[in-house]
Amino acid sequence: MSDQLPALQIMVTLLAAPLCVIIRHARGAWALAMAANTVAFVVAILLLLQVLDTGVIRYAVGGWAAPSGIEYYIDTMNAAVLVLVSGISALVLLYAFKSVEKSIPHAKHYLFYSAWMMCITGLLGIVITGDAFNVFVFLEISSLATYTLISFGSDRRALTASFNYLVLGSVGASFILIGIGFLYAATGTLNMVDLAQRIPDSESQRSVLVAFSFITIGVLIKSAVFPLHAWLPNAYTHAPVAVTAFLAGTATKVSLYVLLRFFFSIFGKDYSFGQLLLSGVLLPAAVAGFVLMSLVAMFQNDLRRMLAYSSVAQIGYIVAGFSLASQSGLTAGIVHIINHGIVKTSLFMAVGCILYRVGHAHTPSLDSLIRRMPFTSVAFIVSGLGLIGVPLTVGFVSKFTLIGAAMERGWWLVAGLVLISSLMAVVYIGRVIEVLLFRRARDSGPEPSGMREAPVSMLLPLYVLLAAGLYFGINGGATLEVAGQAAAQLLGGYQ
Amino acid sequence: MNPLWTLVPPLAVIPFIVFFGEKRNNLREGSIIVAGLILLLINNRIYSDLTAGIPVQSGELALLADYSLKLSAEPMGVIFGLLASFLWVVTTVYSIGYMRGHHEINQTRFYVCFAIALAAVMGAAYADNLLTLFVAYEVITISTFPLVTHAGSEEAKKAGRLYLGILMSTSIGFLLPAIIWVATAAGTMDFIPGGVLADAGIGKSAMAVLLALFVFGIAKAGIMPFHRWLPAAMVAPTPVSALLHAVAVVKTGVFSVLKIVTYTFGIDTVTLTGAAHWLLPVAAFTILASSIVAFTKDNLKARLAYSTISQLSYIILAALLATVMSVSGGVLHIVMHAFGKITLFFCAGAIMVALHKSEISRLDGIGRRMPLTMGAFFIGALSIIGLPPAGGVWSKLLIAGGSLDSGTLIWVGVLMLSTLLNIAYLLPIPLRAFLRPDPDLAPGEKATWQEAPYACLWAIVLTATTCVLLFLYPQPLTELIGLIQWR
Repeated sequence: MSDQLPALQIMVTLLAAPLCVIIRHARGAWALAMAANTVAFVVAILLLLQVLDTGVIRYAVGGWAAPSGIEYYIDTMNAAVLVLVSGISALVLLYAFKSVEKSIPHAKHYLFYSAWMMCITGLLGIVITGDAFNVFVFLEISSLATYTLISFGSDRRALTASFNYLVLGSVGASFILIGIGFLYAATGTLNMVDLAQRIPDSESQRSVLVAFSFITIGVLIKSAVFPLHAWLPNAYTHAPVAVTAFLAGTATKVSLYVLLRFFFSIFGKDYSFGQLLLSGVLLPAAVAGFVLMSLVAMFQNDLRRMLAYSSVAQIGYIVAGFSLASQSGLTAGIVHIINHGIVKTSLFMAVGCILYRVGHAHTPSLDSLIRRMPFTSVAFIVSGLGLIGVPLTVGFVSKFTLIGAAMERGWWLVAGLVLISSLMAVVYIGRVIEVLLFRRARDSGPEPSGMREAPVSMLLPLYVLLAAGLYFGINGGATLEVAGQAAAQLLGGYQ
Repeated sequence: MNPLWTLVPPLAVIPFIVFFGEKRNNLREGSIIVAGLILLLINNRIYSDLTAGIPVQSGELALLADYSLKLSAEPMGVIFGLLASFLWVVTTVYSIGYMRGHHEINQTRFYVCFAIALAAVMGAAYADNLLTLFVAYEVITISTFPLVTHAGSEEAKKAGRLYLGILMSTSIGFLLPAIIWVATAAGTMDFIPGGVLADAGIGKSAMAVLLALFVFGIAKAGIMPFHRWLPAAMVAPTPVSALLHAVAVVKTGVFSVLKIVTYTFGIDTVTLTGAAHWLLPVAAFTILASSIVAFTKDNLKARLAYSTISQLSYIILAALLATVMSVSGGVLHIVMHAFGKITLFFCAGAIMVALHKSEISRLDGIGRRMPLTMGAFFIGALSIIGLPPAGGVWSKLLIAGGSLDSGTLIWVGVLMLSTLLNIAYLLPIPLRAFLRPDPDLAPGEKATWQEAPYACLWAIVLTATTCVLLFLYPQPLTELIGLIQWR
């Protein structure tokens, strides 16, 4: 049984998708989705334990051996991302049960959960596969499902946001496909391990270079790295908040994983960063991202939009860590993938609770919310502190590691800019915290009456994630060890 | 005794505080006093363990891959821990009188945040490495924020914004990079006698930058220009000002500076590299400038706030002079100043509760109505000025001796000038209270006893008496300071 775990990881949620459509019953579809997702999460944990124990897992799908057949390749890096993605999906799905009640028409719930299952299947597939073209296939599956999920938003701007994302996302995916095509032309194989071996010896190095360029741009679009991030703010703001919470913790993280896989494992660190100086492209984009997007976030009045810009900034931190291309830099980036996923999803879940009861997420109008919704407010404040990087939260672990990695390399300016953008985070989160805690002199607008705390089924997953955040914030050594191992494997390339 | 136990009483009392709440406020305050006494016993046990030579340390918690949270006791930390725990009990008693006399709102939230802050102060006092110190430092900032903004008014909110803004920006912008720099250069963040930077390959100018990052990053020590949060935080209720700004928050700041100079840099490294060369004038300027500003303030709490800034820079100056005598004087001044200043703040609060006065110009003649309070104020003032029979004499003497040791006489001059300024802005207050006629009384009318509530009086008399006791018996402290390992 344990041999077939890789296949199980994909099959369960893949089968759940059409079954949700067949069931046609809102609660039934949710229950099925929940069950499938829980199984996927358990499988992911088992896979992680197995990888930490015995090393890399290689699974030939359908028994067809690589390099002709599609193979699933699982090392520490993607096992960790599998756990992250399936875990966040499970928690947010539990949360979504109540959350979508008010934002999506009841008759469409089964379609919503079906799309969710397709999305998670796609994301898990991208992470688990060891075949380059298979990445594109799963990328398309998850992307199309994502566009659908975003379009479920109750605001009509959700449709335009979804369409914008569709256009940009398709450009990104197509670029990745073109890149893979050129790689195939240059090497004759699609299997990742095989590609890594054949690329240095390939005769058409120009094709390899072209492939590299296309894949770079494609991945940067899907990861929402500045300045190719334009789709993200609107998508996050207008999608149903459960979808935003889900995407914030998973979709961009998976694309960043793809970045790592291509640049470090397939092309190799020496080619990408040594020969082609990829740092020169990634670092400025990353630094501009976290400085400028933090600046923009400070001026947002809608909580979701503010957090969306904050997400682009945090992605900047991750990419800055990657561009260091050192053990500590890569560790910093990978650990922030995990930590940011936890923090951002809990922030969006808290915002969703506010939306559920208050009906809007307009920051200035949420004054003194702590009196009416104490649990939600406290959850937001704690997660917000995690975003700033206060010690004892996961954010501190990431920030410390990132700044340490930059200082190690003597990149003092980068370290300084990370600190300055952290101060901006203090400002934009601090603004919200101040509003939540204090009453403002009310001269206009009705006093919202009869407001209660959010339902338990929404608060419970939020607090579970919060507890995970605090645990990993205090026991940061655990995630750092996993990230360090993953970094070492990536830097070493395929063995 | 594992120093981790010091975190237990403050944290464990929180559920009791919440449970008893406003309805059973006597039980609520009583449980805090019990917790405070237990904490005092624990600290006392750590003190006896340390003097007996038994190593006092906790286990490690791996916050980061290579660096853990760890607590251990050394002489400076024990002094700070004992001070904070003793004054927690005293301030709680005072708060009973003040908060009820002043009909303050949200008292439960107040006591809970106090407790969290105290636990964090214990964490800072017994921090074994920079990481633990930083974590405790940030927790203190966050847990005291609700205390500063207690009133919820626009003024309180603004003060809170300034407080959090300055403290967080300096700690994230200066202190954190300094700590990471030390970690990267020296490979360790531990506090070790003689420091860890001697062989870390940091050049002279870089060392000066690093020390500056630390000193400015620890804005709780109130060095200019990052001192503005202190007077702004005076909007908080007086017990908050008393404990936090005479003891917990500001003392954590100067304590951290002393610890870092002694155990991260090492006093020899500071002297050899001349790292403090450009910082000494800044500290001296803070001493003098804040004394002059204190002069101009008519609001009693504001004057005391600027006096605190000045006194804190005494300790920073002492730390930067980096001789055994000056740093010892700095450590001693932590205790002397704490008792002196807390007495003064308690008196200010008592005057507020009993007579509803906060401006110095209106305090003429109140000594006849509040003899105990103003008498205590006089003693507290003596301690701050540095005159017998108050304990401040010894610490001032040591710091002045340390500055003579360093060879540059100008710092001695700064200290002397500042002492004169202290006399000028502190002594008139009790003198006018006793010697000038009371404008509120008709000529010939006798003054009635209008003292503060008994709880407040008890605390005031206790701290004032301690000021005198510390003058007569400073030996326990000096002996403990003698145990500090400098190299």
